[in-house]
Parts: sequence; C-alpha cells; structure tokens
Amino acid sequence: MTYIVKPVNHHPNLEKNKLGLTRRDYEGTISTLCAGCGHDSISAAVIEACYDLSISSDQIAKLSGIGCSSKSPSYFLNQAHGFNSVHGRMPSVATGANLGNKDLLYLGVSGDGDTAAIGIGQFMHAARRQLNITYIVENNGTYGLTKGQFSATNDQGSKSKYGEENVFAPIDLPTMAIQLGAGFVGRSFSGDKQQLVPLLKAAMKFEGFSLIDIISPCVTFNNHLGSTKSFDHIREHNESVSSLDFVPIGKEIKTTYKEGTKVDVPLHDGAMLTLEKLSKKYNPLDKGQAIQSLNEAEKNGKVLTGLLFINPEVKDHAEILNISDTPLNQLAEKELCPGAKKLAKINASLN
Amino acid sequence: MNKISSINEFVIKFANVNGSGSASANQMFAKGIFRSGIPVSPKNIFPSNIQGLPTWFEIRASEKGYLGRKAGIDFMVAMNPQSYAQDVAEINPGGYLLYDSSWKRDFKREDINIIEVPLTTLCVDEFNNPKTRLLFKNLVYVGALSYLMNINKDIFIKLIEEQFKGKEKLIAPNVQALEIGFKYAKKHLVDACKIKVNQTNLTDGMILTNGNNAGGLGCVYGGATVCTWYPITPSTSLAESYKKYCDQLRVDENTGKNKFAFVQAEDELASIGMAIGANWNGARAFTATSGPGISLMTEFIGLAYFAEIPVVIFNIQRGGPSTGMPTRTQQSDILSCAYASHGDTKHVILIPSDPKECFEFSADSFDISDRLQTPIFVLSDLDIGMNDWTCPEFEWDDNKKFDRGKVLSKDDLDSMESWGRYLDVDGDGIPFRTLPGTHPEKGAYFTRGSSHDEYARYIEDGEVNARNLSRILKKFEGAYKFLPKPIFKQETNASSNGLIYFGSTEAAMQESLDQLSCSGFPIDAMRIRSFPFGPEVWDFIDQHETIFLVEQNRDAQMKTLIVSEGNVNPEKFISILCFDGSPITANFISESISDVLLNKNTSQPAEEIK
Repeated sequence: MTYIVKPVNHHPNLEKNKLGLTRRDYEGTISTLCAGCGHDSISAAVIEACYDLSISSDQIAKLSGIGCSSKSPSYFLNQAHGFNSVHGRMPSVATGANLGNKDLLYLGVSGDGDTAAIGIGQFMHAARRQLNITYIVENNGTYGLTKGQFSATNDQGSKSKYGEENVFAPIDLPTMAIQLGAGFVGRSFSGDKQQLVPLLKAAMKFEGFSLIDIISPCVTFNNHLGSTKSFDHIREHNESVSSLDFVPIGKEIKTTYKEGTKVDVPLHDGAMLTLEKLSKKYNPLDKGQAIQSLNEAEKNGKVLTGLLFINPEVKDHAEILNISDTPLNQLAEKELCPGAKKLAKINASLN
Repeated sequence: MNKISSINEFVIKFANVNGSGSASANQMFAKGIFRSGIPVSPKNIFPSNIQGLPTWFEIRASEKGYLGRKAGIDFMVAMNPQSYAQDVAEINPGGYLLYDSSWKRDFKREDINIIEVPLTTLCVDEFNNPKTRLLFKNLVYVGALSYLMNINKDIFIKLIEEQFKGKEKLIAPNVQALEIGFKYAKKHLVDACKIKVNQTNLTDGMILTNGNNAGGLGCVYGGATVCTWYPITPSTSLAESYKKYCDQLRVDENTGKNKFAFVQAEDELASIGMAIGANWNGARAFTATSGPGISLMTEFIGLAYFAEIPVVIFNIQRGGPSTGMPTRTQQSDILSCAYASHGDTKHVILIPSDPKECFEFSADSFDISDRLQTPIFVLSDLDIGMNDWTCPEFEWDDNKKFDRGKVLSKDDLDSMESWGRYLDVDGDGIPFRTLPGTHPEKGAYFTRGSSHDEYARYIEDGEVNARNLSRILKKFEGAYKFLPKPIFKQETNASSNGLIYFGSTEAAMQESLDQLSCSGFPIDAMRIRSFPFGPEVWDFIDQHETIFLVEQNRDAQMKTLIVSEGNVNPEKFISILCFDGSPITANFISESISDVLLNKNTSQPAEEIK
C-alpha cells in the first residue's frame, strides 16, 4: 500500500452542505483495497452521512485496529484525525480518547477478526461501558490480509475459497452487543446504501455505544458459491426489520407511513429517528424481543438488518463517570493543580 | 538475664494472623513512635491472602535515621501460634518476646526475655462481643507496649480519636482496650523492658507515608486527568490514592462534576490503551501496574514509542518472574521496562527512592512525557510503594508551570506554510504534534504504528523508515537533559572504589556507607535516578577503578543496562545482589563489599549473591 493523494480539483457546481462543503471535502486518500471491496462502499456511505449531517471533519476522530477494515479510515475524512492502533485494541484507545475529549464524534472502524476474535474483550467492555462511539464492523467473515482464513463471524458450514468447511458456530455481534447493554445496535449490508446511510447518521447522533455490523463481502477471499458472506447470499437472505429515516432537529417529517407501523424515537439533541416497522412483531425498543428475533432469523438462515435495537434512555460513559462539562483536555492548569497551600494541609494529614 | 538496653534504636516485629485487624493497630504503634519524634520505617510483610495466613509487621526505629530493614529482632510481639517457632528464632539474644499468655508456653530459649500478657483473658473479661474481643487484643498489646517502652499514652489516644473521627462511638472502647494493656503492664511488668523511647523533635518537618500514596498525589499535582488501571498488587493503592485525592481536590464545587476520570479497565491491555488514547487527545493520562501488567502492555508501549504519544506508566515492582511473589519486593523489571516491546525500542525511566521522590517524579513525569512525546516509566517497588517511610514533607512551587511540550495551537497552524508530524525542524529529534479538534482544515494526520514518513504517511521505503528510527533515537539520546540527575553521597570523590545504587536501596545505604567507613573502607556512592544516563553517570564510572553495583535482582539488570548503553568494561563491576524479596539490609551490603575488598589480592572475587 502506498499513500496516494487524490486530485483536489472540484467541479464548480458541486452541491454544498450547511457548512459550505461538498462531498469531496469529506473524502480521504485513494483506496488501496481490492477493486469491488465492500469496505469502499462503506467509506462512501460514511462520507455521505457526514456530508448530510454537515459535521466539520475536525470534530471527528476516526479510530481503527488492524486489518483491511482498519485501513479504510484513510479513505474518508482527510481533515479528521485518525488513529490506526493495534490489532483488536481500538475500543480501549477510543475509550481513552473519549475520556480526554468527550465532545468529539468518535468513529470506530473494525473488522470481524479485529472485533470478534483478538479484540472481543475490549469490544464487549466498550459496549458495557456505553462508550459514545459509532462502532462499525466491516464484517466479511474472513481474514483478507493474511489470505482467507475463517473468522469468528463465519457461519458454520460456510465454505472457504479453497473448499474447506467452517466447523465452528459463528459469533453474532449484534446479539452480543444488545445483551451487553449497547444503546444502539444495527446491521446493514455494504451493498445497501439506502439502508446504511440513515443508519450511520442515526448512530452518529446517538449518545452511547452504537454498533453497526455491516456485512461487507470480501471479493477476493469470500465471495464464492458456498460462502454465506457473499454478495449473492446476502442479497438472497437479507431481511430488513425496519426502514429508517433520520430527521435532524427542526426538519419536518415528510415520509408517510402505513397506520400503526411508525415508531418515533427522539435522540438526545432533539433530532428524531423515524422507523417504519416492516414486521409487525418487531419492536426495536424491546431488548428481549430483539434477541429472540435475531436467534430465530439465524435458525432460519436469514440475515436480519436495519435498526435492531435502540435504548434512547442510556447515559454514555462520560455521563456515567460524571465528567465535567469542559472536556478534560481543555481544563486549565489552575483547575488541575491544587497548589502549595493545599499541599501543606495534606502534609499535615500525614504526620 | 541479659536485657537489650537501647534508647530510640531498635527493631520490633509483630507476628499476626492475616485478616485479624492487626495492621491498623501496628500502624498506629509505628505512628506513635514517629510522633514521639523518632524516625521509623514500618514494613508490612504480608501473604497473598485475605484471611488466615501468617503476616508480619516490622518496625525499625532509629534516631540516627538508619531506616533500612535490619535482620535480627530486638522485640517480638508473637500473636500467631502457627509461626511461633520461626518468630522466636529471630529474636536477638537479650531481646524480648511478648506473647498472649492466656495459653502458657515454654519457648525453650534461655537467652531471651519472655513478657507474658494474657491478652485473650483480659479481653474476655472486659468485652462481650467475640469479634471485638479479637480486634481489641491488638490494642491491648499496643497499650502494654506504650508502658513498657515509655511511649506517651496520650499520643495513642489522640491517634485513636483521629482514626475514628466520624465514628465517635468507637473511640471509647478502643481507648479502653489501650488502657487495659497499659494498666496490666504497669501492674505486672515493671522494669520488664530496657528498650525505651525518648521524645525528640527529629521528625519535625517530616511525614510518614508510602510511595503509592505520594505517587497518586503527584499525578493530581502533575495535572493528570485520566487514570486507567487494572488491579494488581502492589500498584493498586497508587490508583486508589489518585482517586482519593481527586475526590478531595478535583470535584467542581458548583456543579459537583469531576475534573478527572478514573476507569478500572478490563485488563492491562485496555488500561494502557485508554491511557494512550487520552494522551493522544492531549489529556494527561497514566496507568499503574506491576511486572505482569508490563508484560501485557508491551505491544501498546511499542505503539506509543513509535507513534510518539506521551504516556506515564507506573511500575511498582514485585518479586518475579511470572506471578512470582506478589507481596514481596524486587528491582527486577529494569530491562523489561528499558527495552519494552518488539523492534528497536528504548524507554525513559525515572527511579524514585522514597515517597517524596515518588511525589516529585510522578508530577514531573507528565512534563517529561509531553516534552519527549514518549512513554515514561516511573519505576518504584513494593517496599517504597506499600510501606510507610519517614521522609521530608512534600513541597510545591506555585510558580511552576506545566510543560506541555511541542503542541501546535490553531494560531500556530494558521501561521505555518507546511507541517509534518514527524519532522524534526529544530534539531532535537522532537517533532511538533497537533491535537484532534484544533483546526478545521489544518493539522489532521493519521497516527499509526506502521512505518511512516515525516508527514505521517504510510511508507514501505526502508530508507525513510531508518531515517525516522534514527531521529527517534536522537530524541532519546537527548532525553537526559530533562531527567533527574544522579545524587552523590560525597561532595568530591575520595576513593578508587565507587558504589552505584538506586531506588529503595537508599533506605539502607547511609548506614552501610558508615559501616564501611568505620571498617576502613570509605567508598564513593552515586544513586542513579533516571535512564537514559547522563554524563554524570559515565564520569563517575570513569573516575573509579572498581564499581560495586547494588541491585535487588538476580541478574544484575542495571549492570547489563549500563554496560550495553555505555560501552564500558564489564570487568570493572562487582555486583551486590539481593533478590529474596525482602528489602536489602545495610549489613548485607557492607559485609558483601568488605569481603570483596579484604580478599581483593588473594582470589578472584566471585559475584556476591545472597
């Protein structure tokens, strides 16, 4: 991989957002992933979501671990600080970064190896702590950079490119995250931008742990017949639980819904999530039901997508820790160092 | 019967059962001596256990200020029948044994003085509740000792009042227990003990505290806002001290909100990761751990080294290798810290020798880390960290300002044509960094542990990578300018023999040097306080023919570090090594050295190993 700078010339009539920025202002360097990689579609969706929300890139921190997925933060938001950490440990770095400055928007990008294997402990604890992050798993069921080994999200019975059968049961990250108390859990498909972009926007606006497990086929190692993470397989077995509309604060809700299928979920800053339930049975506010539906879908070979669970009541990690309104990295020296007088009192308590 | 007779110079040891509430009574006794004006060094020798196993508490009192551990006990308070045999064997001839004579014993030693106090019987007579009876036994012996050693009883009463402030109901029964022991001794044990405490003012301006308490406080003063840690003996109390002082000093009076974050991580991998993440964002953050934690953290330490992110890591060393002896002391992580992580890495280490230096080095470590943009180890040990030391009061200069190092502000960025995260613009090897959220268009870069060029771009060009590694080495080589310099025991060198030591060995050193001097072997001594070593260290080594290097580890790790970093002749060094988990003693050091010096011309001196 080399660092390739994209040309910066824009078409003069490109559409602009509230900040006066075009989509191109949210781009990164040219991707060095394989042509057709699902991850590149996800990068495009991230660009779209940030453009739509008119977020200034410098207010975003993008963090990742190691692997193909973890390279992708280079390919979007050039003006955002990025941190490509060590394998499976992005959640802890993001947790610390958030402690240091709770006001930035944290985008975590990971893969199924990075999250479901080496980093599963950190992932679980970040969810449990309600770290305020949009945690994207670019899930392709395989280790691409090391040439096609099975990952822990690969379905039992699914075949590798070389015909080998996976004999172990998969780890379903959304089910686990819901169980652990994550406030926002969704699943999507890199090939479904219409579903993915609103889901990303809602996750970014959500204050708490938001997981989006994105099935993102690996065109080189896991897109063949017999794989359950191929484009064809996902298109055939995808079952969306809801259609999502993200309505920023002050905007009028325009979409029309059939009576009784609409659920409005207010977010912390006054924005509104509007869900159209595609299944009458499914209630994304009910933890138990969400887990049950995921289990049933798995049994039936279906891949449930959409907003699977949301708990708008959660407090995020910084709020749980009662951290001051001024981010910790911006506190002045006089607020931090108690000084000589107080030290004299401490000395007196020790003699 | 010979009776050891001594004023203000003695070693007393308490043998108890772990979990019996003895620790607070023993600590109170130590503090009573301290408040009588006598420097003390209490040492808690405890098992890795919650309840039931033997535990000891040793107090050396010395008006000469000799506060290293000393083998041989002058006065033993034996409260644990399980360990009677070994406890009685440790008593010096002419010494004293106080035991619970509710059950009489023949200890079969004619050369010691047995002091019988029926502690259980006394408590049964006075207290109803079986649990309090057990706890009060400890205070009864403190009361008896107060009489026997002539320590002002009012000092203990005041200590009880301070300890139970807010739980006033408990004061009266505790004082009662103290009085029971005192009265019993006054009635039955007149002239039983010739070890006495005479009030002095030697501890004026001194405090009695441990290095972990001091280290945690130093982090508050150094501006640390984030502590991420995982429980591990003997470092846990440092993190807890930070929290304790933050609760007192860092809660906003108006909002009740915390100007700090305290996170118990799921493991050491996460605790260091969080500390690095916070520092990446410009919040001063640290973690505290011990040897096994350092082993787990090494991958992340390499990342912080190579991506040049400040982070402070406290390593309170314990007995290794592996799980080793979690409740015993050693200085055996020098190499694992100096060269932590794979690839070419070297790290800055600060080595405090007492709680006061723990406070100072802790506060300074954040400046040094920000200045050098690299991990800083504060290498303490269990002896300093968990035992109370008599040391000078903490000091703070209100004119001191934090040094945040080379961090670019929005204005800086606006005034710059171009900027490279890893570009050495002023020749010291230290680049300028930016923090996320500073500027809407400038200064963003990708932090990574993979090879990168001066502009933080991923590269696979070997030459560029080598250039970067060389620059980081240059930064490291200049680091000594920001670090605490060595301390010399003499104003000018007077001997061809030099002695190098560091850390908690300080407690035993003055006594040892005095002993050597008395035996006709005066020796020059230097205490190393940081790594990388500055010119003062190399000069001292150059100026002496033979160097005794005193370490509390098996493999002479500091010698390895000196020899490999300084290209000096290893033949010049004679190692004095103590690694049994107990703090090193002055006698061990001076005897080992005088043996070598006496035999110097006869046979080749072997490395002295305890």
